[in-house]
Amino acid sequence: MSEPTPVLVGDALRRVHGPRNTLDVEHIELMAGELLAVFGPNGAGKSTLLRILAMLEKPTSGRVTFRGASGRDAERALRATSAVVFQRAYFWRETVEYNVGLGLRLRGRSRSETRQRVREVCTQLGIASLLNAPVEEVSGGEAQRVALARALVLDPDVLFLDEPTANLDTDARVELRHDLERFARERATSIFLITHDRNEAFHLADRVGVLREGRLVQIGTPTEIYENPADVYTARVTGAEFTLHGTATATEDRMLTVDVGGAQLLVLGDAAVNDLVKVAYRPEDLVLGAPDQTNRDLSTRNLLHATVTDRRDMGGLVRLRLRGPVELVALVTRAAADELGASPGSRVSVRVKATALHAFPTGATAEVDTDDAIEEAAEALQEVAETP
Amino acid sequence: MDPLLEALRLITSGDLYVWNVIVRSLRISGLALVLAVLIGLPIGVTVGLARFRFRMPVVAIINAGLAFPPVVVGLAVFLLLSRSGPLGDLSLLYTPWAMIGAQAIIAGPYVAAVSLAAVEGIPPDIALQARALGASRWQSILLQLREVRTSLVAAVAAGFGAIISEVGAVMIVGGNILDETRVMTTAIVLETRRGNFEVAIAMGIVLMAIAVYVNVVLLLLGRRSIRRPLTA
Repeated sequence: MSEPTPVLVGDALRRVHGPRNTLDVEHIELMAGELLAVFGPNGAGKSTLLRILAMLEKPTSGRVTFRGASGRDAERALRATSAVVFQRAYFWRETVEYNVGLGLRLRGRSRSETRQRVREVCTQLGIASLLNAPVEEVSGGEAQRVALARALVLDPDVLFLDEPTANLDTDARVELRHDLERFARERATSIFLITHDRNEAFHLADRVGVLREGRLVQIGTPTEIYENPADVYTARVTGAEFTLHGTATATEDRMLTVDVGGAQLLVLGDAAVNDLVKVAYRPEDLVLGAPDQTNRDLSTRNLLHATVTDRRDMGGLVRLRLRGPVELVALVTRAAADELGASPGSRVSVRVKATALHAFPTGATAEVDTDDAIEEAAEALQEVAETP
Repeated sequence: MDPLLEALRLITSGDLYVWNVIVRSLRISGLALVLAVLIGLPIGVTVGLARFRFRMPVVAIINAGLAFPPVVVGLAVFLLLSRSGPLGDLSLLYTPWAMIGAQAIIAGPYVAAVSLAAVEGIPPDIALQARALGASRWQSILLQLREVRTSLVAAVAAGFGAIISEVGAVMIVGGNILDETRVMTTAIVLETRRGNFEVAIAMGIVLMAIAVYVNVVLLLLGRRSIRRPLTA
């Protein structure tokens, strides 16, 4: 495979809206063929960044280059080969067919070609029955799909998505996300998505950028960001979900007992006995206590004992790496960490409710994957050996 | 005979005097409307879409045009075109051209002000969406105007309504000369004074019918164009 080349590059982008709303992005690039999701809270400057990268808005200073060129020619070239889906798409008071075909007509495509391609895309997205409906009669979920169809019909080299699922109810959001996954990547070459939905960013993207108060605090693959959040904000908003690998040993009514590195954890999830499962948890859901704690008088089902291997202070919070039967990451307040005397080498007890642990079958069973298991165990042993 | 029945007979029998006046009225007001639209619509649309430094005073002047008393417009045009006036050499006073000029001045601000208000109401999202879809500057303007076409049609209708039924200005600059500058409104004034009520009523009926008809047709046109695909 050839080296990925950047399609769109933003350098030293600054946009001043007022004393509080400043966008200040040092460098951002969208690679050919990738889906880059920029994720951040409302008001972080996501939409502004999208409009600047899409060359729909000029930055106060800085430069956007498309395929190495900037200025009006680059803008024209980008317009001709890109499409944008806005959070609140504007539709002309016309039929769905007219709206979906508008971009093609503006590009001078013939009426028959437009008609054919509009049909094709709308069929793919399941809105072919709406083609002749006035656009004001379609539902919110359908409207966003119409907006997506209007963009995809152009087979864009660069697709900009501005919170396409923000105004939808849960079902419609899941469906649209599914469509994005299936069709957008098929028809669009590179995708720049902005969202405040953690799941959307982390499930869809090849790389995720985290934008906070106008600054890009981190950019990397979802795993890189999960595992090594640049700051406490990123750790918190990304929900920093970590996964453990284990084998289901017992199952009862949506609850599983999973053997994780020798420890038995009670978790939520559906799997058969002997299935290999991933168990996801959030560092803030781990409750740390003194090492001699027992589970008596508490509703938490899972108790582990571990040693602190690393402590990182991030503002008022502390991120602790723990080694017990497995490696864990916990996020606690600094006061709590200090009270526990949590520092490298100290022992703690770790409690976590069964409802805070989610198991997902990996699709393999323990028997089939013994080689992997042996390899994993060997790796774990190696790591233990390397620890001073 | 009942003047109302006689009026209807005059209209249906194609009475030459009545129909000459009707056709002349439509010609003069129609041409004046074309002029008013050619000048007023671009001004309204431009001022409505553009953002420039002295925009507010310009908007105020256009809106003030709505309040010009037509009879004063007539007086101004009269003074302009009278023998001793600055345009006296053109000898246009008491001709249909003087009436067309005066009516265009009356209708222009209506067309400009109503289209300006319509264009100002266009959501800014449209321009952004149009550009994002790859529209050029002109395509974007057309796509924006498309969304307010009914209001733009209303602007034209408002202009026509303002002049077809106007009497003061055309009386002053046209002079109500038989077979030359007599239009429906001035004819009604004259025939009523003479006691020829059936003629005045006939003109009145036609005037009202035209007003209703033009508005309905313009509205239907605006409605129908909604379903016609854009040729960009």
